[in-house]
Amino acid sequence: MEWLRSALLPPQGSAFAGEIDFVYMFILWLSIVLFVGIVGAELYFVWRYRYVPGRPTPHQTHNTKLEIIWSVLPLLLCVGLFFWGIDGYMKFAVAPGDAMEVQVTAKKWLWQFEYPDGTRTVNEVHLPADKPVHFVMTSEDVLHDFYVPDMRVKRDVIPNRYSEIWFTPTALGEHVSTCAEYCGKGHSDMHAKVFVETKEKYEEWMATGGDEWMKHTPEEWGKIQYEQKGCATCHSLDGAKSKGPSWKGIWGKMEKLQGGKTVLVDEAYVRESMLQPQAKVVEGFEPVMPTFQGLLRENEIRGLVAFIKSLK
Amino acid sequence: MEHTLTPGAVLGDRPRPEKNYLNETTGIWSWMTTIDHKRIGIMYLCGVSTAFLIGGVFALLVRLALLNPQHTLFGRVWVTAETYNRFFTLHGVVMVFLFIIPSIPASLANFVLPMMLGAKDVAFPRLNLASFYLWVGGAIFGITAMVLGGVDTGWTFYTPYSTTTDGSVGLMVMAAFILGFSSIFTGLNFIATVHKLRAPGMGWFDMPLFVWGIYATALIQILATPVLAITLVLLLLERTYKIGIFDPAYGGDPVLFQHFFWFYSHPAVYIMIVPGMAIISELIPTFSRKTIFGYRAIAYSSVSLALLSFIVWGHHMFVAGESDLANVVFSALTFLVAIPSGVKVFNWLSTMYKGNISFETPMLYALSFLFLFAIGGLTGIFFSTLAVDIHLTDTYFVVAHFHYVMMGSTVIAFFGGIHYWWPKMTGRMYSEKWGAIACALIFVGFNMTFGSQFIMGGQGMPRRYFNYLDKFQPIHAFSTYGSWVLAVGLFMMAINLLVSLKTGKRAPDNPWGGTTMEWESSSPPVFHNFEHQPVLEHEPYDYRHRTVTHV
Repeated sequence: MEWLRSALLPPQGSAFAGEIDFVYMFILWLSIVLFVGIVGAELYFVWRYRYVPGRPTPHQTHNTKLEIIWSVLPLLLCVGLFFWGIDGYMKFAVAPGDAMEVQVTAKKWLWQFEYPDGTRTVNEVHLPADKPVHFVMTSEDVLHDFYVPDMRVKRDVIPNRYSEIWFTPTALGEHVSTCAEYCGKGHSDMHAKVFVETKEKYEEWMATGGDEWMKHTPEEWGKIQYEQKGCATCHSLDGAKSKGPSWKGIWGKMEKLQGGKTVLVDEAYVRESMLQPQAKVVEGFEPVMPTFQGLLRENEIRGLVAFIKSLK
Repeated sequence: MEHTLTPGAVLGDRPRPEKNYLNETTGIWSWMTTIDHKRIGIMYLCGVSTAFLIGGVFALLVRLALLNPQHTLFGRVWVTAETYNRFFTLHGVVMVFLFIIPSIPASLANFVLPMMLGAKDVAFPRLNLASFYLWVGGAIFGITAMVLGGVDTGWTFYTPYSTTTDGSVGLMVMAAFILGFSSIFTGLNFIATVHKLRAPGMGWFDMPLFVWGIYATALIQILATPVLAITLVLLLLERTYKIGIFDPAYGGDPVLFQHFFWFYSHPAVYIMIVPGMAIISELIPTFSRKTIFGYRAIAYSSVSLALLSFIVWGHHMFVAGESDLANVVFSALTFLVAIPSGVKVFNWLSTMYKGNISFETPMLYALSFLFLFAIGGLTGIFFSTLAVDIHLTDTYFVVAHFHYVMMGSTVIAFFGGIHYWWPKMTGRMYSEKWGAIACALIFVGFNMTFGSQFIMGGQGMPRRYFNYLDKFQPIHAFSTYGSWVLAVGLFMMAINLLVSLKTGKRAPDNPWGGTTMEWESSSPPVFHNFEHQPVLEHEPYDYRHRTVTHV
């Protein structure tokens, strides 16, 4: 039945995904049996007792024995499923003590991850395989929800509160997390990449931030940051107005600021806008951009500057 | 006098009265000031049908926006995320508050419930009219909110998004507040009517099961709706005066809002589904020409669903920040809902066993209901099982599940009810052929639209998503094509019914051979419903006494 499972559910990425899928498939087959029973009886009766003019019908008002049976049997089934359901739920209610802790901050519309050693990433998280990871999450604005379908975990992320999930990633490779609690315009673009890596590869990434940047020109590297760090949610490349100014043709322009001053869009201003976005807000836009201080490595800032420069 | 050739019709052997409730008085003013429950029911039917049309157009726009991931139509991008968010919010708000909550109780039950009891009207006819005008007032607020920029909060108004976003949230919340009172007044009226206005000889267990269902619904309406009113007032206060109740920025708790909201809105789900089940309990015995099986079990199951509806709200919040203990308790309570729901299905099937079943349009809807409600109910088990709920909640799986219950069950039953009582309400028969074709298209279109969404949801497609991963494209497109088939079926149904008003055959008093009291009136009924006070002479659904008698 693996073909049916994989048609209906995503790949299994965590240690307990298999167990949850087993419960899912059990309920599915139970439902199919009951559905075939109900609709089968319906269709059979419709055919067998179709209308014949004048045929009398028996006056059957009730049958206590039968009615007790069809009340108690489903009840027993439900009691069984209930215990099975909480058994699975309780397994991932409390994280084991040796789990790696990652702090997650959600805001419109990006995910920020902070590792125990202070390393921070945006919209991507790297996890070592087969080691339990414990996410402690909070939101800076409205409700969000951290949902990784492959891991079968989901939990609302709430302002002024911490919520948590944990799982043990097992499937190497790239998985996607999505926001599953409606949060406005960028809701459906609020994804993060979840990379599950071997221990060696993970440690190498932690040490260097990866060597990916060396394989690209600064402009290309900037474009990758533009897509990964959430810039694309608010800044267009084609001149279209969004939450923030479009980057098309912005380099070298004199921009009018709130309060009437003007500023030249150069290296210094672009850098400042990433690290202290509230300092100089362009007229006609609201000061809604979150700071990227500590979130962008130096090579990433340089890439973004080069990328903006290239957008004529 | 013409008669249709419907099998089993009991032909009235008396001349049609010249005056009936439709022509007793004339002119628009006579309708606007009427206190006749039948006219108010008809006005409600027009009102909720208009709301269904508006909500349906938003639904089609939602599906159209998801036709392809580029959101293009004829090669041009036509919709943005902001617009899409307004589409699905308005679809939800209109369908829930303006359409489905008042649909069956305020229109069909308003018309037939007093007649089923052998009464001349509801207990408080003026309150009934007041309830209708409150509905109109709520609708005006709602439409104003739509025109003035719309709302993008989702129909659930979750805080703190709803207290911080732009748009006409205040007006829309006022609309829901006013509509709540309309619903309370209707419920109050039905409870008093059922208690006080039953025909001579009619005890509680002689009432038609439709009345039992509407009575159970009315209990929920008057007990749960005030909580919604309180919640919405608190939301407005917070939005206007920045008082910290739900928004953490002012020291409030967003999860508290969800508790308050679902404390009403879960019972509201039963305000929607129990009347639908109540209609099915009428249709199946009538078209099976056999007494209902397990009358008391069905009556009690309606009431127990109403009671259970108050203690399962937490299952909407399994991942929302509820404690693990609360989750476990709500999971257990939620499983209990399966029992009365199952009892009803088994009783309906047993009623059909050894029946004499014919397939007029109302019965086709009842048969569709059994199929769709089975899917809607069984997929509920996935959500009450905690471990599986975590993966499926807030995805298309839940969207599909509740559409199978709300649209596939309640609305299908509503259509069945409209076709069933149409001859009584209008005095006209519609085309059975077109009625059947429309029903088939609606059935196929509905399953295409929402059946496919179970697959997307299981695969991890979250709800309320404007952009989606390319892998979902074929299924999204299929679902959108389904919505077109569904729309064609709905228009066909509407045209068939409207055409019958002009060209339909004259309806006999009892076209289907029903056994409940409303069929003892003429079609359409006279102003006071019956020429003589009907007296209960046998239990409802007793097919050993087929002749309709009058005192």
